[in-house]
Amino acid sequence: MKKFFEKIIEKIILLNGFACILFVILIFFFLAKDGLALFKVSSPIQFFFGLLWNPLAEPPQYGIVPLLLGSIMVTLGAIAISVPLGLACAIFIGEIAPRWMREILKAGVELLAAIPSIVIGFIGMTMLAPFVKNLFGLPTGLTALTGSIALAFMAIPTIVSIMEDAITAVPRTYKEGSLALGATHWQTIYRVTIPAASSGIVASIMLGIGRVIGETMAVMMITGNASVIPHSLLQPVRTMTATIAAEMGETVIGSDHYFALFAVGLVLFAITFVINFFADMALHQQKK
Amino acid sequence: MKRKALSLMCLSVLFTYAAMPAAYAARDMIQIKGSDTMVNLGQAWAEEFMMQNPEASIAVTGGGSGTGMAALISGTCDIAESSREIKDQEMEAAHKNGHDVHEFIVAVDAIAVVVHPSNPVKQLTIEQLSGIYTGKIKNWNELGGKDQKILALSRERNSGTHVYFLEEVVRMGVEKGPEQFAPEVLMLPSSQAIISEVSQSETAIGYVGLGYVSDRVHIPAIALSNQGPFVSPTLETTMDKSYPLSRSLLFYTGREPEGTVKNFIDFVLSEEGQEIVRIMDFVPLR
Repeated sequence: MKKFFEKIIEKIILLNGFACILFVILIFFFLAKDGLALFKVSSPIQFFFGLLWNPLAEPPQYGIVPLLLGSIMVTLGAIAISVPLGLACAIFIGEIAPRWMREILKAGVELLAAIPSIVIGFIGMTMLAPFVKNLFGLPTGLTALTGSIALAFMAIPTIVSIMEDAITAVPRTYKEGSLALGATHWQTIYRVTIPAASSGIVASIMLGIGRVIGETMAVMMITGNASVIPHSLLQPVRTMTATIAAEMGETVIGSDHYFALFAVGLVLFAITFVINFFADMALHQQKK
Repeated sequence: MKRKALSLMCLSVLFTYAAMPAAYAARDMIQIKGSDTMVNLGQAWAEEFMMQNPEASIAVTGGGSGTGMAALISGTCDIAESSREIKDQEMEAAHKNGHDVHEFIVAVDAIAVVVHPSNPVKQLTIEQLSGIYTGKIKNWNELGGKDQKILALSRERNSGTHVYFLEEVVRMGVEKGPEQFAPEVLMLPSSQAIISEVSQSETAIGYVGLGYVSDRVHIPAIALSNQGPFVSPTLETTMDKSYPLSRSLLFYTGREPEGTVKNFIDFVLSEEGQEIVRIMDFVPLR
């Protein structure tokens, strides 16, 4: 009887495991079905190399380049800010801070992850944007940089917690060996601990990128959403996520515009899939 | 993403409950969805109507006129609020789903052009506005202002206001004209965002519904051609149609309204309902 019960539970758990994968596959097919329908009316060349995103023009122009560059620009900016900060934070938590402080800091970083993105967007719009505008003397504070700063705060919890795991997972013997050879604490950290944890650090950066590139609400509120080809971080940009969120409400289901937004979603999905794949590879490498 | 979806869900659940009156078990539940411009107005009507009819329960949500139309087509709302007329494509889709679409004009809204209070430009023609938004006019000194680059702000494409402005101003009344918003134009997600940006930025220009105008911004007078007359948007100039940029705010239903839906629409069109329009800073029908 007990065995029978156990079997059933095992099966249920197995089913749950497969259900998750099934959902991902279904979502992918759903995206692909509607996204690829765009290419019946617009050539892939126009979509992937088009420099103008103008879905309400006659005829409509669905060029993903400004949106793709907008997303990349905001993401790179966010990573450039969050990685150094996150790395320093992770080293401090994992290696330097006394135990009591470590627990407080970890809880604090996790709390940062609990802030809803709309709240970060709101703070970004009312406080950060005027600050950036005045600091650089710009005509508007709604720029890629503003988005990058806000998104950096959203990426930091992901980056710090995974980096810190990787750093604490470095075997004690490595550090002890280094210290025994006469290296100082700092030398041990950057010559022994960080290289030994490097694949975990890479994974954390990758997952941070994945977190940032998929973020929608905050970027829509603070990046200005002008679909220009961006030349600098101090310009308004339009990201792929903001485009989908902003335009989906007005499209007629089954129209070319609707399919174009799905095609953008497909590109976004492909990007995050590749990023997660590499992050996973890096994490597995560390385990070996 | 997952975390965001979850928090959004929790929030929306919370708001739904908050919006429900004590008589939760009421049978007369009406779903109203659509235009962001009209969401506050719809809420005001709903609150007053529910006060007078405690057995009725009305939920008003925004999302944009297109969202309302999509909900009407799929049959998930009783009344779709819209700040633009239904498109042929949407009409067809609604018919295909077996809906008999009815239209009601419930209020009027004027679109005000707004600039920073320090901006010396006091009047603009439709043609100049079109030039600004298509990127032909780039500097305020071309319009008699200071030598500063113009920062043009627009609503997002899911907004009925955006579509109205595109057709009536950017394309100067030619619905399918060749003009379009320049890529440099900033697309902001709400009218409030436009007001806050214009009030902070000396070089900005934007457009919002009359109800959103505050004294933190300046409203230039608008004329159809450079011979004038230049008219400022007010209750009176919108009602006598001398202000050129006004539009009807609409209700759409998926079938001949009856029961509570009919009572609600009658209430909206009544003297009392139109008084609420005035209080909410829109323009009443009469």
